[in-house]
Amino acid sequence: MRFPTAPAPHLAPPASTHRIMQWVLLAMIPGTAAQLWQFGPGVLVNLALAVTTALTAEYAMLRLRARHSRAGLSDWSATLTGALLAVSLPPIAPWWVTVFGTLFAIVIGKQLYGGLGYNPFNPAMVGYAVLLISFPKAMTAWLPPVDITGTHWGLSDAWNAIVHHTGPDGSSFDAVTMATPLDTLKTQLGLGRMADEIQSGPLFGALAGKGWQWVNLGYLAGGLWLLRRGLIAWQIPTGFLAALGTWSLVFFLLEPQTYPTPLFHLLGGATMLGAFFIATDPVTASTTPKGRLIYGALIGSLVFVIRAWGGYPDGVAFGVLLLNLAAPTIDHYTRPRVYGHPG
Amino acid sequence: MAALSFFPFGVAGRIRGGVHPEPRKESTADRPIETAFPLPERLYLSLQQHAGQPAEPVVRVGDKVLKGQLLAAGQGTISAPVHAPTSGVVTDILEYPAAHPSALPTPTLLLEPDGEDRWIETRGSADPFGLPPEEISARVGAAGVVGMGGAAFPSAVKLNLGRKTRIQTLLINGGECEPYLTCDDRLMRERAADVVDGILIMLHGLECDQAIVGIEDNKPEAFAAMSAAAAPHGGRVQVRQVPSLYPMGWDKQLIRYFTGKEVPAGGRSADIGVLMHNVATAYAVQQAVRHGRPLVSRIVTVSGLAVSAPRNVEAPIGTLLADLLAFCGHRPEDTASYVMGGPMMGDFLPHPRVPLVKGACGILALSRREVAASDAKACIRCARCVSACPAGLLPLEMVARIRAGQLESAIGYGLKDCISCGSCSYVCPSEIPLVHYFKYASGELVAREQMKHRTEQTKRLAEERQARFERQKREQAALAAQRKAQAQRKTEEAA
Repeated sequence: MRFPTAPAPHLAPPASTHRIMQWVLLAMIPGTAAQLWQFGPGVLVNLALAVTTALTAEYAMLRLRARHSRAGLSDWSATLTGALLAVSLPPIAPWWVTVFGTLFAIVIGKQLYGGLGYNPFNPAMVGYAVLLISFPKAMTAWLPPVDITGTHWGLSDAWNAIVHHTGPDGSSFDAVTMATPLDTLKTQLGLGRMADEIQSGPLFGALAGKGWQWVNLGYLAGGLWLLRRGLIAWQIPTGFLAALGTWSLVFFLLEPQTYPTPLFHLLGGATMLGAFFIATDPVTASTTPKGRLIYGALIGSLVFVIRAWGGYPDGVAFGVLLLNLAAPTIDHYTRPRVYGHPG
Repeated sequence: MAALSFFPFGVAGRIRGGVHPEPRKESTADRPIETAFPLPERLYLSLQQHAGQPAEPVVRVGDKVLKGQLLAAGQGTISAPVHAPTSGVVTDILEYPAAHPSALPTPTLLLEPDGEDRWIETRGSADPFGLPPEEISARVGAAGVVGMGGAAFPSAVKLNLGRKTRIQTLLINGGECEPYLTCDDRLMRERAADVVDGILIMLHGLECDQAIVGIEDNKPEAFAAMSAAAAPHGGRVQVRQVPSLYPMGWDKQLIRYFTGKEVPAGGRSADIGVLMHNVATAYAVQQAVRHGRPLVSRIVTVSGLAVSAPRNVEAPIGTLLADLLAFCGHRPEDTASYVMGGPMMGDFLPHPRVPLVKGACGILALSRREVAASDAKACIRCARCVSACPAGLLPLEMVARIRAGQLESAIGYGLKDCISCGSCSYVCPSEIPLVHYFKYASGELVAREQMKHRTEQTKRLAEERQARFERQKREQAALAAQRKAQAQRKTEEAA
């Protein structure tokens, strides 16, 4: 005999998984718009390539794994992974870089572990790290922002650069690319120049790197909106930014010749994207309130360590991946105190 | 357990976790309690309406009974009697579907009202404070009063327990944090003086000096009415507002909020000198002691979008829920599910042809628009359940372990401390029925414990049997040897 029964609670939930993913995608709009404005429409081509690849790969993998493919696609998680990877890539990254990175992220970073909810590493960052290690040249060739050049790229220019690997008006590809402010700082410091001297150079704006400051402010705005709506936990971005801010301030005060201003760190590179959109990926982050603060703070610290003394100009991807590895341990030691039990 | 405890999370006195479901109380909160509910043709009085032993009938089929007459007496230490909600004839004692998700039949007394609604001679008390304190719990027990907030635990047992452990504070729960429900709200607005009288009677019975009434701040009218009613009693009954949050009415949450103390795990609130009762229970106590009226009716919220005229109805115990729903304009065709109690912790009912019981504070006929309908999806570890848990558990870790069959390891994450409030299931964006898993796991653990106990017992019996056999064999062998020796001796002697 079967009883048609339903367990309490009997009310529909206030938020659903696919809604959360959609809201996070919406919150990416200000930052992505800033990227579009400063670095041209390449970001749109990257987004289109990455999202299409992500959805195709997700569908194929779900079919191969004999899972419900429509239900799997309708949770929007593959779209979000594709989008997060796309906005992390240089605006004129060759098309195969984007496609390869996305495939790696979805197939190996996510589906081979068991799909949504079971992947230990942030799939977008797995894809990014693989690309950075495999194709360092393509991954560091950024365009100068509009704030420096004053000229806007057209969609066809971006398309030609990404697909045919040619600069606008047949110019050489290398002539149009430029190192990022973080990259420049690292190379110039290596050449023995002073940090304040470098920061007064043409790549640097009032707050941080030209162009990059607006992108970071855009992602900050989107992130604050996510916080307001309660879609991400406040502990992770707070820990992240507080740690990065504190370390950079301490070293800036100790040795201003060698270390850039805290503002340069906070509004440079992938800081805001990382703090609000990447480190907050629920699947791979810590889940306890205290643990999340520690998790965020450790990522922020690693970002500073890698930027200041590491081999790469930015450290968000590696910081997030390393802490993904540590999340279960952090959770284990930060379990909340259960009511009625001694602390 | 928490190696890193340098943040003041979970300090006593603070509210932890909780959720804010849509209140949906507006459809019933502003309508007065409906007292003109017509007597149904038949009343179905379940003998098991309370926690503990079922009651035993003391009347026979065919007996004429008066309103308030004892029909079935409580059995054992934890039980409650059942009284006639109106005058009439006992026409049958049968098995009838119970107000339970299974709707399985349970022993039920069938009463056919005669329409006169004539009270039996009641033994009230004009001055209950002149009675000896132990007499209060005796009268409350005899009147069949149980926890009216839903738990249906016999109130006299709780009052007696309080007498044994010296209660410093009596907490009265007027929180009513479940969505839809407004029966306590209306009761406090309309009968505040009686409720406060009931609280004073309980204080007298407990020989306790202080009562605190906690009312959620979304009920300003009830707060005002109760404050006015309590004002003449010089601080013995304090009425205070508490934040509107589910589950604010969890006794241990309210205790921490008011006293800053936590009830130790596995303990009772009485262990730290606190006892909690519901406002509706205080009213039932007042009716029982002051007027000598046993608990034969209750105020129940009838609501949900499949009901055209939702309201609070004062109805006799034993009324079929279908009759109550019909009285409030029920549209069966629009009903997706029936719930007894609130939507967060209440029980699903397969159909409404089951009787009203003492602990039922709400009857909901929910439309498709209101209920959760989708299937469970993958957990994305968003930890909304962790933030929502008022007890500080990690529901996502517990459910992962239960799914993997590791029930024991789920205990380490708080399985035994779960209060089944449903906050985690409610906020889960993947609609995983978390509480359902926890209830299953707890039941399974108890079953395993029993199985283990049984196996051990069987093993012990088998071993004892084996030992007995061996002993018998040894004794027989010894006896045989003795006989043989005797026989030999005899032969030798004969020779």
